[in-house]
Amino acid sequence: MLVYLIRRLFNVAATLLVVSAVTFGIFFAVPKLTGSDPALMYAGRETSETALQGIRVKMGFDKPISEQYWVFLKGIFVGRDYDAGTEVTHCAAPCFGYSFKSEAPVWQTMLDRMPVTLSLALGAAVIWVLAGVATGVVSALKRRTAIDRTVMVGALAGVSLPIFFTGMVAPAVFVYSLGWLDVSNYKPLTEDPLAWLNSMILPWVTLAFLFAATYARITRATMLEVLGEDYIRTARAKGLKEGVVIRKHALRSTLTPIVTMFGLDLGGLLGGAVLTETTFNFQGLGTAAVAAIGQGDLPVIMGVTLLAALFVVMANLIVDLLYAVIDPRVRLT
Amino acid sequence: MTKTVSDEPAFVPEQGGPRDAAPFLSVRDLRVHFPTDDGLVKSVDGLSFDLERGKTLGIVGESGSGKSVTSLAIMGLHRTGNARSRPHISGEVVLDGEDLVAADADRVRRLRGRKMAMVFQDPLSAMHPYYSVGKQIVEAYRTHHDVDKKTARTRAVEMLDRVGIPEPHRRVDAYPHEFSGGMRQRAMIAMALVNNPELLIADEPTTALDVTVQAQILDLIRDLQKEFGSAVIMITHDLGVVAEMADDILVMYGGRCVERGTAEKVFYGPRHPYTWGLLGSMPRIDRDQTERLIPVKGSPPSLINIPSGCAFNPRCPYADVPKGGITRTQRPELTEDDSRHWSACHMSQEERTRIWTEEIAPKL
Repeated sequence: MLVYLIRRLFNVAATLLVVSAVTFGIFFAVPKLTGSDPALMYAGRETSETALQGIRVKMGFDKPISEQYWVFLKGIFVGRDYDAGTEVTHCAAPCFGYSFKSEAPVWQTMLDRMPVTLSLALGAAVIWVLAGVATGVVSALKRRTAIDRTVMVGALAGVSLPIFFTGMVAPAVFVYSLGWLDVSNYKPLTEDPLAWLNSMILPWVTLAFLFAATYARITRATMLEVLGEDYIRTARAKGLKEGVVIRKHALRSTLTPIVTMFGLDLGGLLGGAVLTETTFNFQGLGTAAVAAIGQGDLPVIMGVTLLAALFVVMANLIVDLLYAVIDPRVRLT
Repeated sequence: MTKTVSDEPAFVPEQGGPRDAAPFLSVRDLRVHFPTDDGLVKSVDGLSFDLERGKTLGIVGESGSGKSVTSLAIMGLHRTGNARSRPHISGEVVLDGEDLVAADADRVRRLRGRKMAMVFQDPLSAMHPYYSVGKQIVEAYRTHHDVDKKTARTRAVEMLDRVGIPEPHRRVDAYPHEFSGGMRQRAMIAMALVNNPELLIADEPTTALDVTVQAQILDLIRDLQKEFGSAVIMITHDLGVVAEMADDILVMYGGRCVERGTAEKVFYGPRHPYTWGLLGSMPRIDRDQTERLIPVKGSPPSLINIPSGCAFNPRCPYADVPKGGITRTQRPELTEDDSRHWSACHMSQEERTRIWTEEIAPKL
């Protein structure tokens, strides 16, 4: 078990290293080959050659790519110094550099935006798991009835409708027509929990609808498969009440694939729910990444990509560990 | 053949002696019909038999002959699950004076696992992979007994010990996949017997096991039956199993009984061409090794379009024997040829006795 964990953590580190190298290569090395200049991106358009040279020296763009990469990696763990000749700026660990555009430290930007994305993803996750699994189970138990068909049509709609559509329709209905909620931008939980809740509900529901639809379909299909298993027949043959058969025997097996999906989906979302954040004008990691790509803000792109990758590989690891807890047949070796 | 039939005296319950005339289990005209998009599947179509406490009935037949459906119908398991896929069931299943077909579903559920229990074919898929063997036995016990977990666990260990699982106090916490095939089936039997059921239905209990383990499991079931005095229904396609275990034999074909009688009568004087076919297709150690087994030609009938006359007619080697004006569309009824021996065939009894003694028996 411990050996397994150590090996997996080593894999996590290796994966992140590869991701960082590839991302670094794409955003710092490739521009050089195609003739564009990171220094130019940093400076904007109208800059003298002397100024550009100064930037190159300060940011280290004049060094070989491998050395730049090494300095970047080192910066994450021990910090780095930007030496402009006249003055030295120290960037404390974990240092992902400074935004080309706002000069703000990338790590601080990510920290600022994390709560938005975290609120959005975790809240929506709770909703979609509960709603998706519940409707999936009901649908499976009421197979081929009107309830089942209604739920599945709803699920099909959920899968098919893009966030930027439901994200527009939901406020139109709940805010403007029904008046149940107020229009609101993101409010931090720490400042005003009620306002936070009010600002989160629609984004949650919108995002959760998409995922819940998928979860309902998977749950229904898995549940139907499980209900046909021999051990369900055995459970009934023991004289268990149908409710116990469903809850204790069928649901337990049905949840296994759901746990896998959930871990991966959540891990992916923590790196930024781009469409939802954009639609609701939330300043999360997703919008940060999109803006950075549009502006050629290389350090921000690097930082967000790495953070997103970290969430995904960690989610993977946690799912695998959980699997061993859920299913006694799984051995971690 | 002498060696294979059990010559042990049938078990007689100690208390009470011979009971009143009504048998412990009485199945009358049982019909289980599944409505499907392709038509009505008549899996069981008019089955009747009796079974006494302490006795074993072997139900024999090919895949799709309705054996398993019969057992599930007795257990009331067709009444569980999705309402849309439930079959139509009619007839009577009278267990100890109570008709289970007419009884309400919750009543049957209460009897299930307590008064009647079932052992399934493949113990690996029939046990829940996520719960330990002990937990599954405890669950079976606590469903019908109002006891705390500790008492139930003690009972589970006791049952595991009883079915011959070594170190039961340790193995009780093992998961089904950690058991060998034979051990799993023992555990399954322990689970079925934990509530001392009066009726035990074993649906191909040895099919998934290798031959040496098969014999052990059959011995175990027989020992436990003697100990608890339960009635046993042994469902199998393996005539060897039936020969070893059964007091009575019921041969099913196309959802109906084609021959029924004591094991002795069915094995030594079978009256139905299908039974002859089954006996002929059974491998035997004392037969010339170079001789080929004779399979029953053709395949089982579709249960949607069962031939209107004798269901076995299309495969019957004696279909052309004159039957004194009886047409092919007439169905042979199950008639008692002599005491406790029934068969359903249009051929005259004399004709069948002649074919058996002159043509079939010498080749076996």
